[in-house]
Amino acid sequence: MTPTTRRLLLLAPFAAAAAGGVAFYGMLQGMQSGAYNPRGVPSALIGRAPPDFTLPALDGVDTPALVSADLRALTGPVLVNFWASWCVPCIIEHPQLMRLQREGVPVFGIAYKDKPEDSLRFLRQHGNPFRRLSRDEPGRVAIDWGVFGVPETYLIDRQGIIRWRYAGPITADVLEQDIRPLLRRYAA
Amino acid sequence: MSGFFMGPQTPGARSARLASRRPRFGLAALSGGARRAFARSAPRLSRYAGRLALLLVLLLPLHALAVGNPADMLPDPVQEERARTLGRDIRCMVCQNQSIEDSEVGLARDLRLIVRERIAAGDTDAEVRGFLHARYGDFVLMKPPFAWSTAILWATPLVALAAGLGLILAMRRRIAAVPPAPPLTDEERKRLATLGLPPEQGGTRA
Repeated sequence: MTPTTRRLLLLAPFAAAAAGGVAFYGMLQGMQSGAYNPRGVPSALIGRAPPDFTLPALDGVDTPALVSADLRALTGPVLVNFWASWCVPCIIEHPQLMRLQREGVPVFGIAYKDKPEDSLRFLRQHGNPFRRLSRDEPGRVAIDWGVFGVPETYLIDRQGIIRWRYAGPITADVLEQDIRPLLRRYAA
Repeated sequence: MSGFFMGPQTPGARSARLASRRPRFGLAALSGGARRAFARSAPRLSRYAGRLALLLVLLLPLHALAVGNPADMLPDPVQEERARTLGRDIRCMVCQNQSIEDSEVGLARDLRLIVRERIAAGDTDAEVRGFLHARYGDFVLMKPPFAWSTAILWATPLVALAAGLGLILAMRRRIAAVPPAPPLTDEERKRLATLGLPPEQGGTRA
C-alpha cells in the first residue's frame, strides 16, 4: 500500500462522518420547514382515481355534500381535505384553507369521525373554507382513501387523478412551496 | 466482579450439591423428623399454588384480550384465530411499529374490524391483505413484498454477506502475498549459536 492510499484510507471514516452529518443537517432543516416528514408514508393512491363513495352533507351549513362523482369532471385541480374539530393541527392549517378559498381554489372537505354539532361549531368559529363538505363519521371512506390521521390533504387534477397527498397540517410553507407549484402544474 | 464471573458456574455447583444431597434426603425421609418437616412445608406449597393459580386465572384473560373489545371478536374461533394471525402482519399506520392487533389506536381497531368483516364475508387471507395493501401501500404490511422498490431492503443481507466474504478473501490473499522472510545470514546464524539458540531457518517470523 502506497503512503497516499494509506492516507486516503485514513481520511475515509472522516469523509463518511462528514457526509452523514450533512445528510442529518438536511433532514433537520427539512423537518423544520415541513419539507421532510420522517413519519411520512407515500400514499398508495397517487396516480389513481379516488375511491367511489357517497357521504351525507353536514346539516346547518349551505355547503353541498361531496361525493366521488364530484371528483370526476373537473375544470381544474382541487384539494380534498380530511379534518376534524377534535384535531389540533387542523386549527393550525385552517387559515391556509381559508386563504385558498378566498383565492378561488376549490377546497373540498370530509369531516372525519366528528360529531356533526362539533364540526358545525368548529366551522362557525373558524370559518368555512369548503366548497363541498361531507361527513364520514364511521371513518370508513377515509380508510378507502388510505387516510391514517387528520389532517390529510389530497390534490386531484382535472382528469380526476390523485397527484399528491400531504399528511399533516398545511402550514404557510407547505402552501407556498408545495401547493402553489402543484396547482400551477396541474392547472392545464 | 468475581461473583459475576462465577455466575454461570453456580447453578451447576448448586445442582451438584443437590444431587449429593438427594440420596441423603431419601434416607432421611424414612425418619419421622424429615417427614414432619415435609408435612409442614406441604400446606405452604399448596397455599402458594392456589395463589399462583388465582394469579394465572386473573392474568390469562387480560393477556388474551390485552387489546380490543371482546364484542369485536368473531364468533367462530377458527376465523378469529385467522384474523389475529393476519392482523399481526398488518402495521398500525398511526403507531407504525405495532401491528393492528397490538394497538389501541382507533384506526387500528377499525382495521381489525375490517379484517374480521372480510374474513366473515369469505375472503382469503391474500384478499384481505390485498384490500389493505391497495389502500395503504407496502407500508401497511409488516413483511414488505418483494418488488423492485424493496429490492435493496431484501438484498442488503446478501450484499453484506458477499462484502464480508470478499473482505476475508482479500485479507487472506494479502497475507499470502507477504514474501517469506529471507534466510539467515552466516553472521546471524553465528549470533544465534553464541546465544545458545537453535539455528532455525527464517527465525520466528513465520
